[in-house]
Amino acid sequence: MEPHELTIHQALDAMRRGDLSSVDLTEAYLRRIEQHDGAVRAYLTVTGDRARDEARRADARRQDGEDAPLLGIPLALKDIFCTSGIETTCGSRILKGFVPPYDATVVRRLSDAGAVLLGKTNMDEFAMGSSTENSAFQQTHNPWDLERVPGGSSGGSAASVAAGLAAAALGTDTGGSIRQPAALCGVVGMKPTYGRVSRYGVIAFASSLDQVGPFARDVADCALMLRVISGLDPSDSTSLPDAVPDYPAGLDTDLHGMRIGVPDEYFVQGMEPGVESAVRRAVDTLVELGAEVGAVSMPHTEYALAAYYLIAPAEASANLARYDSVKYGYRSPGTTTVLDAYLRTRGEGFGPEVKRRIMLGTYALSAGYYDAFYVKAQKVRTLIKADFDRAFESFDALVAPTSPSVAFPLGAKTSDPLAMYLSDVCTLPVSLAGLPGLSLPCGLSDGLPVGLQVIGPALGEATVLRVAAAYERASGWRPTIPPLPLGEAGEAR
Amino acid sequence: MQTTTTTYEPVIGLETHVQLQTRSKMFCSCSANYAGAEPNTHVCPVCLALPGVLPVINKQAVEYALMTGLALNCENPDATKFDRKNYPYPDLLKGYQISQYDLPFSVNGWLTVDVDGQMSRVGITRAHLEEDTAKLIHRRENGTAYSLLDVNRSGVPLLEVVSEPDIRSPAEARAYVQKMRLIVQTLGVSTGNMEDGAMRCDVNVSLRPAGAEAFGVKVEVKNLNSARSVQRALEYEIERQTRALERGERIIQETRGWDDDRGTTVSQRSKEEAHDYRYFPEPDLPPVFVSREWIAELRGRLPELPDARRERYMHEFELSPYDAVQLTSALATSRFFEAVVGLYPKPKIVANWIQGELSRIAHERDAEIDSTGVTPEALGELLTLIDQGTISQATAKQLLEEVAASGQSPRALVAERGLAQISDEGELERAVAEAIAANPQAVADFHAGKAQAMGFLTGQVMKATRGKANPGVVNEILRRQLAS
Repeated sequence: MEPHELTIHQALDAMRRGDLSSVDLTEAYLRRIEQHDGAVRAYLTVTGDRARDEARRADARRQDGEDAPLLGIPLALKDIFCTSGIETTCGSRILKGFVPPYDATVVRRLSDAGAVLLGKTNMDEFAMGSSTENSAFQQTHNPWDLERVPGGSSGGSAASVAAGLAAAALGTDTGGSIRQPAALCGVVGMKPTYGRVSRYGVIAFASSLDQVGPFARDVADCALMLRVISGLDPSDSTSLPDAVPDYPAGLDTDLHGMRIGVPDEYFVQGMEPGVESAVRRAVDTLVELGAEVGAVSMPHTEYALAAYYLIAPAEASANLARYDSVKYGYRSPGTTTVLDAYLRTRGEGFGPEVKRRIMLGTYALSAGYYDAFYVKAQKVRTLIKADFDRAFESFDALVAPTSPSVAFPLGAKTSDPLAMYLSDVCTLPVSLAGLPGLSLPCGLSDGLPVGLQVIGPALGEATVLRVAAAYERASGWRPTIPPLPLGEAGEAR
Repeated sequence: MQTTTTTYEPVIGLETHVQLQTRSKMFCSCSANYAGAEPNTHVCPVCLALPGVLPVINKQAVEYALMTGLALNCENPDATKFDRKNYPYPDLLKGYQISQYDLPFSVNGWLTVDVDGQMSRVGITRAHLEEDTAKLIHRRENGTAYSLLDVNRSGVPLLEVVSEPDIRSPAEARAYVQKMRLIVQTLGVSTGNMEDGAMRCDVNVSLRPAGAEAFGVKVEVKNLNSARSVQRALEYEIERQTRALERGERIIQETRGWDDDRGTTVSQRSKEEAHDYRYFPEPDLPPVFVSREWIAELRGRLPELPDARRERYMHEFELSPYDAVQLTSALATSRFFEAVVGLYPKPKIVANWIQGELSRIAHERDAEIDSTGVTPEALGELLTLIDQGTISQATAKQLLEEVAASGQSPRALVAERGLAQISDEGELERAVAEAIAANPQAVADFHAGKAQAMGFLTGQVMKATRGKANPGVVNEILRRQLAS
């Protein structure tokens, strides 16, 4: 196996045996990035020199007899994480050139665990999108078919792992932005319970929904990444004090007696037949593994889209108010009054989808509409959560499709925002309920990856990982890096 | 032209912002004590509103808020929360202020005010916590106007206290401000200093025909930097509105600024369209649950409040209501008073001296009672010297000035100047005898029934002893010698 084909666990074993150094592993990834990111365009910033330094230091620590959970492992970070001294754009022109003076908590935890930073990955601007076509800078291509989207908003991170351009990556998931690109790119991606992972230093989109999570080659790697980043952070008042279980342990248990529900409403009208059959085959596998599988109804599922597209933009409209040209980021040249500076800077700095959502959110909060829209949406959210609570009385976990379609062609949905929003119908309800959800590959449809979503109760990450690991073992799926061309492909945005 | 003259009654409410003296800012651990600091030195990613930051609630600020609510006789609901108040302005770095909208920490309270001996109660609608804004400094250089931003103040905790529109006169408004300041100072939650912005007041004032129920059109007045400005601004505004109404004009609902130099209010903007702040619950902060146990614990930590102190002065020290009010009207005064009484346990006498001579000196020096240069020890010593007969009242009054000016103790000054009274009976007997012998006409006048002759003779003794004779003793001896 080539170094870049190793999972984190395999790489750590090799490094512990002395068969591999972090420097070699890091160089292998940097070479691949040089050779293939011209086609994939996953990275906005490659931190080559820093990565080499960190790799050297990791090897030195290992020589000294030290070990750490991710010592010497090269990772990619979505450009939504503040990295001290490294440009962080959030995929937006309005933050082009912004260099944070501090690290996000998760960045520090990865660094403390010995990880090596390869670079910052492309994303939909301010995490608003399902295809990474809303990036202000460039388009990321799906490694399985370069004419198709990688999903979004964490498209760059998903593609980096899928293309063997990073051993693992971090993304964020607000309505599906880890799970959906994971499904479309054929990798494992997980959104933990809301509050499980610190949001401090993660540029905010929708405060009550945003969560940080890993992309990885397999479930075991995902569990390891999750363990490193999880846990209470005093700087994040919404982070949970609950102890972090040893996620990588207990993945070998079988599913006998595990009650798994399959929600009717997630098999939406318009779902691609190839996706549906792959998911149903996966459910059959779970039955073969001894799980007690049954149907369950989640009657408020159809309202999740509307509720999400009122709550998330509302919170975003306030979170993005700070981009006003005064303190950091882009300032439109030649303005002479404050109002002029605000209007021109935001007009020029924000892309169309961001503007759409700011307007939507402002409207949903405005006097006369607040009760009918924002408050009503929050009440519906409670009903959606209640659906899950009821389901988890009878089931230990739920499985469903992650996305109603495989990766769609670039440009296919950009002229119809609502069509784009429908990409997230299977992931949105889980976000609204604040529950953990994971996507892993469950086959191909027309040569493109299909994702199976595993959903757990609050703080039920261990159960989710267990179900996913058992399915992964039984399905025979091996982490696969599709063949990639060398050099440029497609146009940059 | 109106054929009847309407008497208008002012209806006044106050909004007070109190800067809390916590160690840290409201939502980050920057020092809140920014007075005198270089600009932009008390800052961090959180109060700079950098991308990705999150707020963390300052517990001390919450305790200060709850304690102030208790001191204002408020109810403290079981559950409260923070909300985002959204509006764009360069001094509001996040583009929203974390404040409280519909579930504030305290509601439905009151405080008492005293206006020339008349006590009244002013209702407190609510008190809530929020964060202060940054400071904008406007400059003009070579014809170009620009503004600078100092973020030191951004995020400092503010307690906003809203009164019911119960106030009916400018004097009452002033008394309210002074009482509010006294309460927060007594609690130790704020300096209450209006001059440096630690306490800020806006007033709302409307007029209605006396006896009417409905409220008139409300005008808000801002930029009031002292309790006195509050009173003056209200006096001006009531006059302005009265004249306008008498002319048949309608009052415009608006915000006006007080111009202290000119003594007028000036229109700033129309309040016709209230800004839509699009309040929604702050998603980055969990709700705050206020248990009854916590309230009980905080209530136990409350210091003696002004009203209770006033009652105590009347009962324990047997002071008159007037004296009690005067002595408890400022924290410095009551502390000084009690310190003196601790050394010289005659409250009524101490009260008289503080309200009389010491107040006069304080006023002359534009100082507080406790910063005239006279310490409680010095005043106690002075009063003891009077009791001991070492100095007379008159001498003591002069001496007080000297103590204030020099900082020396009364005893030291008496020794230095040889001011000790002559109380020695023998010496005074001789002096009186001499005065009687030297002034036969006065003696004759006295025996003829002219009482003022006594005063004359006393004066002669005082003159002969260069003012040092103890007048009380002189009087006694004089009576005896004249009688015989």
